[in-house]
Amino acid sequence: MMGHAVVGRPGPRVDAAEQVTGRTTYAGDITLPGMLVGGLLQSSQAHARILRIDTAAAETLPGVRAVITGADLPIPYGILPVSQDEHALAVDKVRYVGEPVAGVAAVDAETAEQALALIDIEYEPLDVVTSIDEALASGTRIHGEVEGDNVHRRAALEFGDVESGFEAAHAVRENVYFFRGSNHAALEQHAAVASAGHDGRLTLWSSTQVPHYVHRTLEKVLEIPAGRIRVIATPVGGGFGGKTDPFSHEIVAAKLAMVTGRPVKIVLSREQVFYAHRGRHPVLMWVKTGFDPEGRITAMHFRSFLDGGAYGSYGAASLLYTGALQTTTYRIPNYKFEGVRVFTNKPPCGPKRGHGTPQPRFALECQLDEAAADLGLDPVTIRRRNLVEPFSMTVNHLRITSCGLAECLDRVVEASGFFAKHGTLPEGKGIGLAVGAYLSGAGLPIYWNDMPQSEVEIKVDRGGGVTVFSMAADVGQGSTSVLAMIVAEVLGLDTADITMVTADTDLTPVDLGSYSSRVTFMAGNAAKEAAEGIRDRVAAAVADELGLPEDGVAAAGGRVGAEADGEKTLSWADAVRAAIARGGPLIASGSYRAPDLAGPYRGAGVGISPAYSYSVAVVEVDCDAETGEVKVTKVWLAHDIGRALNPLLVEGQIEGGVYMALGEALMEEQAYRGALHKGPSLLGYKTPTFLEMPPVESILVETNDPEGPFGAKEVGQGPLLPVVPAVANAVHDALGIRADEVPITPDRVVKALREASRGGNGRIGPEGVPKFDFGRLTRVKIPEGFS
Amino acid sequence: MTNGTITLTVNGEAHRLASADHRTLLESLREDLGLTGTKHGCELGECGACTVLVDGLAVLSCLTLAVQVQGAEVTTVEGLADGAVLHPLQQAFAELGAAQCGYCTPGMLVTAAALLERNPRPAIDEIRQALAGNLCRCTGYIKILDAVSLAARRAR
Repeated sequence: MMGHAVVGRPGPRVDAAEQVTGRTTYAGDITLPGMLVGGLLQSSQAHARILRIDTAAAETLPGVRAVITGADLPIPYGILPVSQDEHALAVDKVRYVGEPVAGVAAVDAETAEQALALIDIEYEPLDVVTSIDEALASGTRIHGEVEGDNVHRRAALEFGDVESGFEAAHAVRENVYFFRGSNHAALEQHAAVASAGHDGRLTLWSSTQVPHYVHRTLEKVLEIPAGRIRVIATPVGGGFGGKTDPFSHEIVAAKLAMVTGRPVKIVLSREQVFYAHRGRHPVLMWVKTGFDPEGRITAMHFRSFLDGGAYGSYGAASLLYTGALQTTTYRIPNYKFEGVRVFTNKPPCGPKRGHGTPQPRFALECQLDEAAADLGLDPVTIRRRNLVEPFSMTVNHLRITSCGLAECLDRVVEASGFFAKHGTLPEGKGIGLAVGAYLSGAGLPIYWNDMPQSEVEIKVDRGGGVTVFSMAADVGQGSTSVLAMIVAEVLGLDTADITMVTADTDLTPVDLGSYSSRVTFMAGNAAKEAAEGIRDRVAAAVADELGLPEDGVAAAGGRVGAEADGEKTLSWADAVRAAIARGGPLIASGSYRAPDLAGPYRGAGVGISPAYSYSVAVVEVDCDAETGEVKVTKVWLAHDIGRALNPLLVEGQIEGGVYMALGEALMEEQAYRGALHKGPSLLGYKTPTFLEMPPVESILVETNDPEGPFGAKEVGQGPLLPVVPAVANAVHDALGIRADEVPITPDRVVKALREASRGGNGRIGPEGVPKFDFGRLTRVKIPEGFS
Repeated sequence: MTNGTITLTVNGEAHRLASADHRTLLESLREDLGLTGTKHGCELGECGACTVLVDGLAVLSCLTLAVQVQGAEVTTVEGLADGAVLHPLQQAFAELGAAQCGYCTPGMLVTAAALLERNPRPAIDEIRQALAGNLCRCTGYIKILDAVSLAARRAR
């Protein structure tokens, strides 16, 4: 059958009616009989030894059912097997202001709050480390066990020979950049409800992107067999990577439920969300790039310094991500990456939309604009001359398949009228361009295993009802809708005929979670395979029933039978009954595991993906030189989606990604005064409102990826990447100042303009990077097929 | 803290609440009446997620004490639809993908409903102004703007 009835058509989410009527039940909306309210006491100290915790007064307060501390949860955990450095409640030491130290369960919120205030903690303050420089220079160690002074991880990799690449270069440019960190600020605060029965079974409802990893963490920390723990990811009210770690409040709610024998709910306050954090790492970067006379890159040396906050979280991966994807957009024949992630006494950083790649992308795209100017090229030409080829290898062993980067570039340049505007707009107005790429799912799971990364099961009942079981958590991106569409397409049904059961570790087979833009690609492939299993059984039964050749049977429009002959068909329900009569229960499963793509070096697991999406952004700005305000007036974004399974949802992801990027480019910053968060509220933490959001023109480029489901690739994260540097490049076009640091806030713009007017360079950004020994350099052989 | 009895009408139904005076309207709606469609995002009046209508006016229920709405008519997202028929705004939000995670959606809907009630033909900028106090982290606001415009057009 050619053409698709469901896939490729714009349509609403399958849960849209529930959402708009207020019926969608988020974790915080759950109330269970006898439920207690849980609360967390958080450290007032940035770095201190805990000398004594006295909970007696809290315990005897009427209405308090339990008080627990670190002693009750002594087993450490962490999302990555290499960073098991967190405790649900601090043990011996606190490492940031806001770190959970004790948990209470009480009959109501007021009592819980009073109980928390009655807990008496004696701290012995330690020296506080709050910056990359301090972390590297200070004798104070935040974690005793790590190498060096507060170095969490370091990396040093070389592919090819950068020195000879620089020697061969016609021009070499060095720049320093700083990307300040930001919070996800999902509108829904984290929340969890736990219930533990006297049968030894535990159920946790949580707003999490990763029920499978939460399941594994509870098993470890609570010492309960996985089979007796049920984790249900409730609809997530915004994630963006912020609900991708196992969290203190989840474990504490579970423990309190076990101790009290009653359900316990913990909802983080907005302030606590800023302390739970796991947001974008602040990254300081030094980039040296060589170019030939035509602007082709001869070598690149990239150094990054990540301010990780107090714990590991995803940091070991985040570090490598700051060095991995530079090569996926531009052909870089010689490439060296050195990076270090340090611990500081601040809430832990982690993955936020783009995970470790928006920072280096910002640096790279700003530097390319500068290099273009050096070489007398325009921003488009220098990029065109360096673009990677589809179906090629990068020097750092990343396999590129479908790649619509050139088409994205051409189309966005044309749609925006870039050439007519760049360098010609009136003073204060400017236009900027940048490109980006992102994974369609991380190539490897977070913990090593040789099982599928996504499994899907489908069960069909005797009335023809199709139920799809998948652990993928819908975090607003529409994964549940996409999986329903894929199954409906294969079975010739409508999404209304499909029931989705998702994100429940008791009911659904494993999907690793909604992170790294993996669900459409990986769960989508698994769902497609499962649906094909159902279709094949139904088709065989119908062929038998109607005397048709098996390969002449198709499922379409709710009927199954001879493709060309409307007479010789059965209704879907009759066809299903025929299949059950012949073969028993109509169930099928499908799974997906990415091909083995890792290159021959330690760290090669980060950056690989079965496919990369590509995005190109053009941003127009209108700047006020008096106030320093940068107003974005229009964004064009072309995205290589592979195949848009639902163009409406794809557009929504593009618009949301552009929005979040504009926030990070212009105002969003997880800012501290020393170790203290400057404004842990949605007023203190500025995000764009309706009034700041410009129109966005989305351009979908379809390259039909050979391994994606129906050719699809990701869209949840990629479109964010080019927008941040495109804003900086547009500000340069408008005002003549380089913003080598984001967010580009009005005060920084004014300062740079003043400097420029006094004959300075009028630049926003750091002066340099610390001296640091990145450790032994791993020289990696250039992959076969790299030319 | 004293306790009083509050009488109010929520989504057309009369209620008497025996509630502590310090309880917010948000808490009373969600916890006393089980109307969890109204969300909390900050409980400080910063995000707009908790917006409800009090006598037709959009108010932040997290900054309103339940005792302040004594005798008032309160409308929440649960009260927008007419039985099984969605409000034009709900229909447009669903069709156009104006809800992604859906968490800000109830507040957006009731704020927009108040706008269309007092101004059935809002200009785009009037919609933006009316909704500027409602934060959304998913959509970039674009599809929400489209949906409110579509609902306004259809209502005419």
